[in-house]
Amino acid sequence: MKTTKHIKTLNNANLKESAVKGGCGECQASCQSACKTSCTVANQKCEK
Amino acid sequence: MIHKYKLNGYNICLDVHSGAVHVLDDIAYDILDFCDENMTEQPPEKMMVCLSDKYPKEELEETYAALYELFTEGQLFSADDYEQFSDLMTKAPIKSMCINISHDCNLRCEYCFAAKGDFGQGRCLMPLETAKKAIDFIIANSGTRHNLEVDFFGGEPLMNFDVVKQTVEYARSIEKKYNKNFRFTITTNGLLLDDEKIEYINREMHNVVLSLDGRKEVNDKLRVTPNGKGCYDIIVPKYQKLVASRGDKDYYIRGTFTTFSKDFTADVMHMKELGFEQLSIEPVVSDPKLDYSIKYDDLPAVFKEYERLAKTLIETRRKGEFFNFFHFMIDLDQGPCAIKRLRGCGCGNEYVAVTPQGDIYPCHQFVGEEAYKMGNLNDGTFDTDMKLRFARANVYSKENCKDCWAKFYCSGGCNANNYQYEGDILKSHKVSCELEKKRLECAIMIKAALADMDTDSKSDCDSDDCFAECR
Repeated sequence: MKTTKHIKTLNNANLKESAVKGGCGECQASCQSACKTSCTVANQKCEK
Repeated sequence: MIHKYKLNGYNICLDVHSGAVHVLDDIAYDILDFCDENMTEQPPEKMMVCLSDKYPKEELEETYAALYELFTEGQLFSADDYEQFSDLMTKAPIKSMCINISHDCNLRCEYCFAAKGDFGQGRCLMPLETAKKAIDFIIANSGTRHNLEVDFFGGEPLMNFDVVKQTVEYARSIEKKYNKNFRFTITTNGLLLDDEKIEYINREMHNVVLSLDGRKEVNDKLRVTPNGKGCYDIIVPKYQKLVASRGDKDYYIRGTFTTFSKDFTADVMHMKELGFEQLSIEPVVSDPKLDYSIKYDDLPAVFKEYERLAKTLIETRRKGEFFNFFHFMIDLDQGPCAIKRLRGCGCGNEYVAVTPQGDIYPCHQFVGEEAYKMGNLNDGTFDTDMKLRFARANVYSKENCKDCWAKFYCSGGCNANNYQYEGDILKSHKVSCELEKKRLECAIMIKAALADMDTDSKSDCDSDDCFAECR
């Protein structure tokens, strides 16, 4: 997290970096883990 | 592309293509209205003129400079260059499977997407031989994927529990030979839980989904037995027993809200009072003509309720107590990579569902849709053209997704919903879109609030997210 006088940035990771290193496909399929109807990829973890 | 909004006293800006989330003071928030992807080092004249009555010149310049620095660091108005990856997973192996181990059920829930248990095809249970073929199928089609997920679903899986156990045993007996790791989940309405099943589920199931709609009067209105009686009194003690002996393993108490239960914060808090921490309440998916469905006109009330629930979650955490709400889970740092995000659930490509007859469908929601039957385990047929079609369903091929700020969280939504209510897997189901965007705004706001709490309390916790493991 980075805080300046007017702005607090909550996160460090950058999606673009993940695009370069990612794509292994080992993470959970979203619908399986709980919901069965309302897919959310947002809560998934990276397995790496 | 950015998405800026105010919620619960926070001014929030999401930079869509980097995933950066910024919490801003009022001046920074107002300045953003005059900025776009062509930001220059010099503040725009229009901004200085329009905001000079509200803010001092020096502050405007100083704040703009801070925003410009974010822009140069690729954390504001960053470019969308992900479309090049959208074809990456078209050759993806199958790695998740929903096994409808039972097309029968001992409840007759009004809103059941499976036509009260049998998908309109007649009640039956999956024979062990078919379940074993399902395991063989996923192993054979999973390429080099190590983690394979199998979910026992239905209908009600506990009505065919012996076959569940024998399937798990079979999968475990061949795991090492093929270098696979099976993660099993089971979903249940709880009626048939007993000590033996509880012990087995807690030992063998990586995750368990326990269905309960919340308060007794809410649950028992729609989750009824064949003779019309509610099931709350039977299932709640069983769930409490299961969860009490589950240790650290994942579980969810999962309910459905309808237009009759739009005040679902009360149901979430009730489930917490029962002693459960891992909670989910999700909107019913149904034909808008049905009386219990969530319609467009219901959205304002549902939005208010999500906000109320988000504030309640924050207050609960402030008091030192805890619950997790599935649809507010978001990891801003270690979530899935961009590749995963742009393609979503992977149904029909990485994930399939199989029925007791051995029919293969893109997911459990497609079961019974003849046009989407992909093949059959018994005759070995499998439609690879349809697999490719689903592989190509991503946020760049879906109408309305490419330019949507929520695309890397929603990831294109539910293809089954899109097909059932918009007629095409590539057309977003509008009510679902609106609900998803609201949930995301709430989830991100919660992060901002928890970050404040961490700052205030100078906590030792080095993770400011409200992820399940964080207490």
